[in-house]
Amino acid sequence: MSELSALNGAAFQGTVTVEDAGLQGMITLRGDLASAKLAKAVKAATGLAIPAQRKIGFGDDRALAWMSPDELLILTPYEDAPAIAAKLAQALQGEHALVQNMSDARAMFRLAGAPGVLREVLAKLAPVDLSAEAFGPGDFRRTRLAQVAGAFWFDDSTTARVICFRSVADYAYKLLCVSAEEGGEVGFYG
Amino acid sequence: MLILNCPYCGVDAEETELHAGGEAHLKRFGPGSSDAEFEAYLFARENPKGVHFERWRHANGCGKWFHAARCTMTLEVFGTYPAQVSEPPQDIRDKITAKRPGWSWRDIK
Ligand SMILES: [Zn+2]
Repeated sequence: MSELSALNGAAFQGTVTVEDAGLQGMITLRGDLASAKLAKAVKAATGLAIPAQRKIGFGDDRALAWMSPDELLILTPYEDAPAIAAKLAQALQGEHALVQNMSDARAMFRLAGAPGVLREVLAKLAPVDLSAEAFGPGDFRRTRLAQVAGAFWFDDSTTARVICFRSVADYAYKLLCVSAEEGGEVGFYG
Repeated sequence: MLILNCPYCGVDAEETELHAGGEAHLKRFGPGSSDAEFEAYLFARENPKGVHFERWRHANGCGKWFHAARCTMTLEVFGTYPAQVSEPPQDIRDKITAKRPGWSWRDIK
């Protein structure tokens, strides 16, 4: 287990706040998301239902994100991830499924600011329609952030979260900071 | 800019989220095949001006491979379909026929 998150709590104040969200539990589940047995095991381990295509569902301290028709991302407090992963693996024994605690392989950033500017900071980096009609809280999108793979979602209209591989966390953080630099406002989303 | 709808995650993905995988529906010839079959499998590719079938991967996205039918001359996309087929499905063929009557590709018409 890692003791420090990738950027060790770094934060930047620009048109929005960009900060390392700290250690975050992330469990990857591969399996048929349409399987009733898998849905039951996920519900028992997390208390949450499997989200619809490209959606993220939230619980008190956890969330479930749809990654692909056979991949789910389970977000939990960092220290809870090993136990939840073990419980899930146990429940899925005999199924064609794989559970892996990926917490130390990834990094998470939290972006906070006014709704329009927040959308703009992400829109500058990803080929995604970030208009409010096309993407809002509850939506989840895997894409690229400039040259690396990443994913993001909105907790609410003023908070976004971005995840990427830990190996490219420094690059992703610097990208987000540049995108949020004062003077770089476009004003496209108001 | 090419935009393809990924049949697995439903995203209208633009080219920079995708990775091109070359010609679709190749049949593999390996051990036991003739030299001519093996050579054709390795090297013989269509290079049409018009209707073409290709493999693409939603690399910066859900990660899935899928198929696309498009026109190499106009970049018009006729449709995309899942990877688990060995030839274009009928609905895709019908869409192409509606727009390019008399089209053919390899031995598909
Ligand atoms: Zn996709």
